[in-house]
Amino acid sequence: MAELTYRDALNAAMCQEMDRDDSVFLMGEEVAEYDGAYKVSRGMLARYGDRRVVDSPISELGFAGLCVGAATAGLRPICEFMTFNFSFLALDQVINNAAKMFYMSNGQISVPIVFRGPTGAALQLSAQHSQACETYYVHAPGVKLVTPATPADAKGLLAAAIRDDDPVAVMEGELLYNVRGEVPDEEYVIPLGVADLKRSGGDVSIITHGKMVHVALQAATMLARDGIEADVLDLRSIRPLDVDAILETVARTNRAVYLEEGWPFAGVGAQIVALIQEEAFDDLDAPVMRVTQADVPMPYAKNLEQLAKPGARGVVEACRRVL
Amino acid sequence: MPQATKEMESRVSNGDRSGAAEEQDDAPVDIIEGFTRDALHGLLADMLLYRRFEEKAEEAYAIGKIGGFCHLHIGQEGLAAGAIRPLRADDPVITAYRDHTQAIAKGITPRAAMAELYGRVDGCSGGRGGSMHLFDPAVGFMGGHGIVGGQIPIGAGLGWAIRYRGDDQVCVCFMGDAAVNQGAFLESLNMSAIWQLPVIYVVENNEYGMGTAFSRVSATEMEARSGAYGIPAHTVNGQDVLETYRFFEDMAERVRGGAGPQFVNAETYRFRGHSMSDPVSGTYRSKEEVESHVQEQDPIRILRDRLMAADLLTQAELEAMDAEVRAVCEDAAEFADASPLPDPSTLYDHVYAEINEHGRLFLDGRGQGPGGTAGGGPAGGPGGTAGGPGGDTHG
Repeated sequence: MAELTYRDALNAAMCQEMDRDDSVFLMGEEVAEYDGAYKVSRGMLARYGDRRVVDSPISELGFAGLCVGAATAGLRPICEFMTFNFSFLALDQVINNAAKMFYMSNGQISVPIVFRGPTGAALQLSAQHSQACETYYVHAPGVKLVTPATPADAKGLLAAAIRDDDPVAVMEGELLYNVRGEVPDEEYVIPLGVADLKRSGGDVSIITHGKMVHVALQAATMLARDGIEADVLDLRSIRPLDVDAILETVARTNRAVYLEEGWPFAGVGAQIVALIQEEAFDDLDAPVMRVTQADVPMPYAKNLEQLAKPGARGVVEACRRVL
Repeated sequence: MPQATKEMESRVSNGDRSGAAEEQDDAPVDIIEGFTRDALHGLLADMLLYRRFEEKAEEAYAIGKIGGFCHLHIGQEGLAAGAIRPLRADDPVITAYRDHTQAIAKGITPRAAMAELYGRVDGCSGGRGGSMHLFDPAVGFMGGHGIVGGQIPIGAGLGWAIRYRGDDQVCVCFMGDAAVNQGAFLESLNMSAIWQLPVIYVVENNEYGMGTAFSRVSATEMEARSGAYGIPAHTVNGQDVLETYRFFEDMAERVRGGAGPQFVNAETYRFRGHSMSDPVSGTYRSKEEVESHVQEQDPIRILRDRLMAADLLTQAELEAMDAEVRAVCEDAAEFADASPLPDPSTLYDHVYAEINEHGRLFLDGRGQGPGGTAGGGPAGGPGGTAGGPGGDTHG
């Protein structure tokens, strides 16, 4: 175990997979000579050369589609979006091509591709650069999605995503790149579809994913001061979804709050709430609450941004309402 | 020359049709532009097959055997035969939704293509794709794509994979004339030029994007569209199958040899409406315009007349050839009609290539994945990933 930043853990995962499989390559804006807009690919150009670490033009639709095409021919591209905000330009390639090719071709053409980059808000980047993109990706059958919250999860989930035979979106967080944590040195792969109970409480379940795991843990600490012990369940993988883990924590606490960075309408939380009421209705002692970004585009002004973002206080409030 | 034409002849007669004119081993060579009589008959029979196939599809559509969108290629067969028949079996071809004849030209059987149009289990996409999504990577046919221009970056990616592996295939990426107004086209051309990808981008320029004349929505001539990226532009008469064939035969070898990406403006004309819901001439082109193209620009008539004028084709031979391809299409329709609908239990098959051991992939409570009901295990086998476009046969 070494202590690594989340950024270096992602780098370690890509190197781990590129070392073992020549069909894996990295393409995106600024990934090579610039060492990555967020330095996630630092040193990789020197290590693998420009055949496998490739600076693309600023053409999200184009290079995402090129990577999808390369995947249909059996390569395993890692397609980096500088942020997932920019990937909206590429959504036709993600949804209409990557997600559907295997089905339309009756299982003849698979698309083993990874789309990765940061999702969600950072600090005062305002509306177009501060949005959680998870829903856009998981809405379509054919895509998988993981959202690592810790350096160890970043390494293990990205490695699994690269090995997976389907399109997998790996959504990171700009504010997570500097987070440090213990990461296994050896080859490390976390299977998709396995949630992780990041904190065991028993009074209420805070279910969440990605960057919000840290907010949830903060809220749990605040609640603990008042003697309320919360489960914090990190889904890690939104699709496939660890339904058993969700039902398990709800069965234990009978109360649940979903916390996410995205908007409420048709968000990830909406799906989880639907699932809980469909499959664990009898376990519930209170309605399931959601804590989300305010239902507005992200404002720039510091105070408004603060108001729009989901935070620990809001989670504590929601937990109190279900208790 | 004889050697080259022999090789070419064997490629031309290598299709799935049961061979139109193979009776004479001692056929004279260099008859028309270096094509042997057999090769010429082969190309004519190919185009006739495509024509009759789509006429059959048209009939089947009218009686409700085929549903959804159905875009006929009738009038443009010279391109399918001329651009695809010279390729190697492992050269990937990708196109948009007007894809029936390209699919057959690349090696999908009329039976498998027709069964797909019928939405049946023996279709080349198992009934999951339909008219717009014919696929068979084993013969190098990579689809069948429904979003205008959406297949162009995929074509670039197929070229990328060839270059990445150091292979020598050539990707031929078709599109309609309207697709060049999509960003996907511009972005793909730029990347192809930067990385010198072995891709031939072919515009099937039938003058209309649906009902909009190209000249109304383009600031430049078609030939000017690739110049900004330093990609050579070529114009070919797609109604002349011999010219088209020679052009692509030569171009494929040049690109194989490292010439880099190419842009081809293939002039052609669609004899039917945009789709089955659009009448033949519609509101955007006159009956006279369509009729004059049918009379003067039919690739099949052009080749037929040329062969007859050179005494290389008799009326009896033509009739026999036509009867043969009609029988093939009749058989394809019967086969399709007899083929079962896909098994309902397979609804969730092939959504994912890998059903993960943990977690739920389907959220509707029906396709449960592992331990569930209808998930369908890790499916598909090696077809897509292992072989990639092509497989190992050579034409």
